[in-house]
Amino acid sequence: MAILRPVFYLALLALIIAAPFIFPDFRTQLATLWVFIILSMTWDMTGGQMGYNSLGNILFFGAGMYIAAVVTIALAYDVGEYTNAFGGGTYKFTTTQYFLGMGLGLVFAGLLSAAIAWLMGYLLFQFRGPYFAIGTLGAAIAAGELVSNWEWVGGGQGIALPVYPGDFDVGKLFFYYLFAATGVILFIFLRWLYGTRFAGAINAIRDDEEKAEAMGLHTLRYKQVTWAISAFFVGIVGGISGFQNIHFEPLETAFQTINLGIFMVVCVLLGGKGTLWGPIIGAILFHVIKEVTWNYLLGWQWVALGALIVITVVYFQDGLMGWLARVKPEWFGERVQKKPDLIAEPAE
Amino acid sequence: MDQIISNIGLLFEFPVVNLKILIDGIMIGALFALAAYGLALVWGVMNVKNLAQGDFVIAGGYVAWSLTNIGIHPFLGIPAAFIVMWGIGWITYKLVIKRVIERDLFTSLLATFGLAIMFAQIMNLMFGSDTQSIDLGYDTLHFGPGGFVDVPISKLIGVIVALSLAFGVIIFMKRSRMGQAIRATAQDARAARVLGIDTDKVYAFTFSLNSAICGAAGAIIVMAWVIQPFYGITYSIRAFVIVTAAGLGNLPGVIAAGLGIGAMEQYGAHIFGIGYQQAIAVLLLLIVLFFRLLQQRRKRQVLQ
Amino acid sequence: MGTLKKFGISLLATGALFASAPAAMAEDCDTITLGAAISLTGKYATNGVHAKNGYEYAIQKIKDAGGVKVADKCYNFSTIYYDDESKGDRGATLAERLINQDGVQYMLGPYSSGLTKAIAPVTEQYKIPMVEAEGASRSLFNKGYKYLFAVLSTSEQYLASAITLAAEMAEKEGKDPKSVKVAIAVENDPFSLDIRAGVQEDAKKYGMKIVLDEKLPRDLSDMSAILTKVKLLKPDVLIVSGHSKGAATAVRQIGEQNIDVPMIAVTHCEAADVVGNFGKAANGILCSTQWAETLSYEDDLFGTAAEYEAGFKEAFPEYTNKTVPYQVAQASAAVYVFKDAFERAGTLDKEMVRDAISATDMKTFYGDIRFSEAGNNIAKPMVLRQIQDGKYNVVAPSKFASHKLEWPREAE
Repeated sequence: MAILRPVFYLALLALIIAAPFIFPDFRTQLATLWVFIILSMTWDMTGGQMGYNSLGNILFFGAGMYIAAVVTIALAYDVGEYTNAFGGGTYKFTTTQYFLGMGLGLVFAGLLSAAIAWLMGYLLFQFRGPYFAIGTLGAAIAAGELVSNWEWVGGGQGIALPVYPGDFDVGKLFFYYLFAATGVILFIFLRWLYGTRFAGAINAIRDDEEKAEAMGLHTLRYKQVTWAISAFFVGIVGGISGFQNIHFEPLETAFQTINLGIFMVVCVLLGGKGTLWGPIIGAILFHVIKEVTWNYLLGWQWVALGALIVITVVYFQDGLMGWLARVKPEWFGERVQKKPDLIAEPAE
Repeated sequence: MDQIISNIGLLFEFPVVNLKILIDGIMIGALFALAAYGLALVWGVMNVKNLAQGDFVIAGGYVAWSLTNIGIHPFLGIPAAFIVMWGIGWITYKLVIKRVIERDLFTSLLATFGLAIMFAQIMNLMFGSDTQSIDLGYDTLHFGPGGFVDVPISKLIGVIVALSLAFGVIIFMKRSRMGQAIRATAQDARAARVLGIDTDKVYAFTFSLNSAICGAAGAIIVMAWVIQPFYGITYSIRAFVIVTAAGLGNLPGVIAAGLGIGAMEQYGAHIFGIGYQQAIAVLLLLIVLFFRLLQQRRKRQVLQ
Repeated sequence: MGTLKKFGISLLATGALFASAPAAMAEDCDTITLGAAISLTGKYATNGVHAKNGYEYAIQKIKDAGGVKVADKCYNFSTIYYDDESKGDRGATLAERLINQDGVQYMLGPYSSGLTKAIAPVTEQYKIPMVEAEGASRSLFNKGYKYLFAVLSTSEQYLASAITLAAEMAEKEGKDPKSVKVAIAVENDPFSLDIRAGVQEDAKKYGMKIVLDEKLPRDLSDMSAILTKVKLLKPDVLIVSGHSKGAATAVRQIGEQNIDVPMIAVTHCEAADVVGNFGKAANGILCSTQWAETLSYEDDLFGTAAEYEAGFKEAFPEYTNKTVPYQVAQASAAVYVFKDAFERAGTLDKEMVRDAISATDMKTFYGDIRFSEAGNNIAKPMVLRQIQDGKYNVVAPSKFASHKLEWPREAE
């Protein structure tokens, strides 16, 4: 087993690098798959490990998208004029401006999203259980509505970013590897994090917040830090998506509350909450199902999605990993002593 | 900014505007209250937070609209929507809600969210995504200086029906056996079970009643405003704001909060522009939540 | 392998088709597969369906007329549709899917400017010619796209002629056009914001004052707050644009609240069927339209504009009691442009077809079609119709006007 593990990870890494060449026609879908994986993993940090089910993580996605775009534009032009160009006026970006803007934009997207999460967390983490879910959902909806009324960033028009300078196919690879790198870094980071005392602390918050506090944990601080880390990655992914989409609208693309905002929750539930691999497997499962069936359902896909959510939540809430843990506890090594029903039920 | 100031200026320059905004707000607020009313019931009795609330409303609207299309008088659409939605609510309870009552609250929230998506899309496929409404062809009443304040008779009828339905339910809850059983279950489900109340039946009844009330609200809305398959979320959000503000088990409070929020939203739309209407509703929700939180803080409790 | 793949594609396409085609003489023609991401769900679903029906009608009509003749061979169009859910990012993904996985070489446009904006960069990169019929925002045509062609007039023209009319009316009354007050309420999306920009520009040209400038939310069901302000500010022109739901809500509440504005101009009246739904309340309202069935355009395939309408209603009986919206007609025109271009190009090579599209100069039932360098149609004007006794009558521009403008509008 001990030798197998590095071999497994190396093979996986090789697959990640080779994937866009094995499936050259599916590069964009593969890039989107990474978006799902990253969003699911970050959602699980608060939802699975800490027991705080957010329905508003999409807020950081939209924020990241807007921050990265605005930074890029601001380096070269006046933002208000740029977004206001209805008819005339073409704005060109040099290659340097593009990459410098993107690099700087993504850094800002990550950091500012984390800052927003920290500040919002101070207020929203006062709520427990469903109130936290409703509060975050409300915050995400409000953010989208406010941005869509903010003329300086284009209002309901959204923002049109410059196209990737250079060859189109190279551009697609570029975005794929950008997402993949973010995802791999996040995975390594979480793998490390979930083995530290920090993870113990946030798990304690999930299992019994009162007791955790009584033990002397500064629970609010832990909650804020966890959410901020998660928002950091979500912001970066949002920023990259903005460049990949080229043109985005506030409500339909950036702050897409009932689409991506809910999909990530469904992915995690499908795969299994509170595990390292659950969100990843769930995201892959969800994305593949979606890409295979979605386009042929012509309108019925939303009915199917609703049904999928209901069935997952009502009948199958432990997800794939939870189910595996129950039928094949030996696969999970040290997790064996954990009672399976404890994994599924976060404390109120 | 200038526009905001001049909009506020209008309120003082023409005081009658305030009356008009209040009346508009109360009329739409009465319908919000009705949807919230059902939510307060299921929330209080079975601790289910139903995010599909608004979609039940819209579904009721489509029931009435379809009946009007085959030549039935719109007023008969209200009881028809009540009955049809009762059935749909009962089926929903048996298939889904029944299985989430005992689970943690996030489960019910997410499960009903899935239901909401399904409902909206099925309506879209069945009725098309056009905005629909029933034109009763009634006149509009005018009063105030220069007839400035207008009240369409169709809206007036809608509000009266909505309020009488609300009071009907209050009386039902107080007087009838079933109403007493519901209240008993809400207070302590286990004790009620011990004393011979079939709580499963009570839950099924409560959820169906909620769905039916929503359906009636929808039938009124389609006569006085417009509906569209995807408008459900608007009513769901309002219902959550109202119930959170009024608290559970306080049905008269729900009506008052509903009217108040209707009026506040109209003021918001007047001052900031109608584009902010949704944002205002959601921000009101957050403000109400924080207000409740502060109240709880004083009692050294958390909101959960 | 190639033929096998092609066969698979056409098989798929046939599966995706809703309209089952009756046996026609073009039965043994080959297939040219078009691709389209269209809104079947979400906020643009109403008009997405209109556009899809327009595409389907034209495809059927071309089939019945013997197909597309490309260098002695005959072809039929068939279209692969996907649902873009009214979301730009989804639309862009689907465009790639159509091109990469389904091997589509020619695209029909989606509904709305926002979606076209999201898809155009993709088709442009793959050098796939896209003839679109539903994206009118000017911001589409300042990006230097070479493979994007639009059969419709750009959106700043939609209601700008209403401003010109208002100025004319003011002068007739002996008033200065500068004294005209304009109120604008448009949806917060790329298309309507471009309409607003067009109106603002024209109003500025005449020195008119904009007294109200509001944006309608995505899920609009009540605009009484705006109409109350309209009552106070007493503008001379009220402009409303919010796709079908904006038109429906506005007309209903304008009637209920007895809004007494001399000129009210709205987009998407036909698509929302305001006459059928609200009867008298709709009277006197000006509706901008890309096309009207009463216009004197005609061509060999569809006949006159009126014949097009009759034929379409026969094929799609659900439109029987409505006015056929122009969204349908322009979608059909887009397919027609493809047919014409293929026949002139005489090959299926997409570069040659692209050049042929660019050189289009045709008269159709929908109006003249000739593309500018940027790809927009510059040969066809917008028309303004007024609802008079429940009928849509063309009142402007004067060249096409069949009826006189009734001004000022009488509130019921």
